[in-house]
Amino acid sequence: MKRHLLEAADLDRGDATLVLDTAAQIDQALAGREVKKLPTLRGRTVVNLFYEDSTRTRISFELAAKRLSADVINFSAKGSSVSKGESLKDTALTLEAMGSDAIVVRHSASGAPHRLANWVRGSVVNAGDGTHEHPTQALLDAYTIRQRLGRLEGVRVAIVGDVLHSRVARSNVRLLHTLGAEVTVVAPPTLLPVGIGTWPVEVSYDLDAVLPKADVVMMLRVQAERMNASFFPSAREYSRRYGLDARRMGALGDDAIVMHPGPMNRGMEIAAEVADSVRSTIVEQVGNGVSVRMAVLYLLLGGNEPA
Amino acid sequence: MTNHLIKGARPYGGEPADILVTDGRIAAIGDSLSATGAEVVDAAGLIALPGLVDLHTHLREPGREDAETVETGSRAAALGGFTAVHAMANTDPVADTAGVVEQVWRLGEQAGLVDVVPVGAVTVGLKGERLAELGAMADSAARVRVFSDDGHCVSDPALMRRALEYVKAFDGVVAQHAEEPRLTAGAQMHEGDRSARLGLTGWPAAAEEAIIARDVLLAGHVGARLHVCHVSTAGSVELLRWAKSRGVQVTAEVTPHHLLLTDACAEGYDPVFKVNPPLRTDEDVQALRAGLADGTIDAVATDHAPHAVEDKESEWAQARPGMLGLEQALSVVVETMVETGLLDWAGVADRMSVRPAAIGRLSGLGDRSHGRPLAPGEPANLLLLDPTTRVTVDPASLASRSRNSPYAGRELPGRVVHTFLRGVPTVLDGKATR
Repeated sequence: MKRHLLEAADLDRGDATLVLDTAAQIDQALAGREVKKLPTLRGRTVVNLFYEDSTRTRISFELAAKRLSADVINFSAKGSSVSKGESLKDTALTLEAMGSDAIVVRHSASGAPHRLANWVRGSVVNAGDGTHEHPTQALLDAYTIRQRLGRLEGVRVAIVGDVLHSRVARSNVRLLHTLGAEVTVVAPPTLLPVGIGTWPVEVSYDLDAVLPKADVVMMLRVQAERMNASFFPSAREYSRRYGLDARRMGALGDDAIVMHPGPMNRGMEIAAEVADSVRSTIVEQVGNGVSVRMAVLYLLLGGNEPA
Repeated sequence: MTNHLIKGARPYGGEPADILVTDGRIAAIGDSLSATGAEVVDAAGLIALPGLVDLHTHLREPGREDAETVETGSRAAALGGFTAVHAMANTDPVADTAGVVEQVWRLGEQAGLVDVVPVGAVTVGLKGERLAELGAMADSAARVRVFSDDGHCVSDPALMRRALEYVKAFDGVVAQHAEEPRLTAGAQMHEGDRSARLGLTGWPAAAEEAIIARDVLLAGHVGARLHVCHVSTAGSVELLRWAKSRGVQVTAEVTPHHLLLTDACAEGYDPVFKVNPPLRTDEDVQALRAGLADGTIDAVATDHAPHAVEDKESEWAQARPGMLGLEQALSVVVETMVETGLLDWAGVADRMSVRPAAIGRLSGLGDRSHGRPLAPGEPANLLLLDPTTRVTVDPASLASRSRNSPYAGRELPGRVVHTFLRGVPTVLDGKATR
């Protein structure tokens, strides 16, 4: 493993598999235990540096670090020195001086974790940077797929929605490709980046044509503000063409699963009866997020052998 | 005034000759010249070129003297072999009145290292709403002939048309920053494979090309001169070639960085490589070189854009666009155009001195002319270049007050050894004289 986890491309197939296997071992070790805590990172300090609001990711990382017995500091940009104009570099050097071993960073600017990695000696984990990547989300998605379907090699994954602005999509495309899955991205052409032709994916504008062949459908959140920028005419039209409703779910194969990184817009990209169906892995994804992030922190800080 | 006898230089890379400089002018060029009382400058093996003229320099004064001043920028220019630079208007306050352009001009005279030629803003405050007092700036002591809202596009087509027409009265030219703003909202880098992967908002080539296409049509329609700043795409070169073939009075410049660097530099998110227009693809670089070689692109202009450390040591999206260029411009041209065989030394002189001076209307100013040939009777504006030395760029050793050089750690060919402005050495042995 590299020292940092900045993007999915930092993981080769061996590394990625090691993370997933480690997460599975952690799950087993903690299963049925009353005290869900391992002593592995006792005395180490993990800083959650969150420049964007994110309840689920921050709590997930916090829980992961605490279950490994690390000391955790939550540093959110609001109400901190950042709101007084402190630069990312100065914040990084301050945290470094306080002896942080790992910085988990969420930032609205693509590449901010890469910059941070130049300025600190400890490990940097990207918890979502702008419209670039969110590698631990991709890891927990891969873990969830493997758990449900038993494999990743050859699994056909459709990623549906605002690929252009989605860090989840970028990380998933890269990681799923690394792990041997076959990815199709489905979106209106306005929500696909120019240059997508070089990605290791199939591209489709037609959700109905893709669904019968998909083992996994991963729905992306669509931000309301995209509507005002003419990416699509209306929420209703988007939902009609690219939303996953009960009728479309019926076109899926028997074992196919439906994923969503959350938070969902019920009724927009995903219908309530789909989100709450047995195919949906949405709640499992959240739970698996903690295990996978424990594995990442353990491997970056604790050692390279499985727990 | 001390006279100088420059021994053994090779004018335009040709046969070695002596150049006698007296009273600010070139007195003679020939074999074994001698002159009593003249200071001898050993220039054996050095290439003599006319002093370079930059159409596009940001000197940051007034307003951001922490990033650059007229004096520090002038020193950087002289060290790069320049004898005249056009100072862009996006200062604070904006150079949109006779008062501000005269202030910049006077600061240049005081520094005395290059002729600082102010560019006037096209519109008040660079806001793109109404014309600045272009005539007042033209008539001022600064004698403004080039007008630009650089950093912003004059995007309103009606306003652009009026500006093009209006400056004809004093033989001015509008230098357009070609960027359709509705296509570049939030743009961070060239839109293509890399922007898609890096998650940085794309700056499409079409946003530049659409404005160039519109403006050459407007310039042709009203019979006015148009200059296009920092052309960055292969499509722009094609449009310019088409417009010139139709007789439109359009000229264009390319920056050294667009001749050398590509959007691959954005990998790693170091904002020292963030610039507007952005670094493009290798295909664009090759088209720009070809366009400069065949004259479709008239000039190399630096777009020297100093920025304070805190404006670059940040997240990519928060960093200000722009990079230093004055001190390495000639070396980059040597690497990309001379060593590749695309331009000879006379061609370098044409694209970096003769044509930019003509565009800025600096060629016919008598003693204060620039872009004149190396010939007896001409003002002694010249540089002497050692073409064989290769220098590794160290931002800390630059004369600019800022450090945002995209060439840090890169080895480039050529070193400016001496520069003369009207017979007065501004650089001797690679060091500024003041």
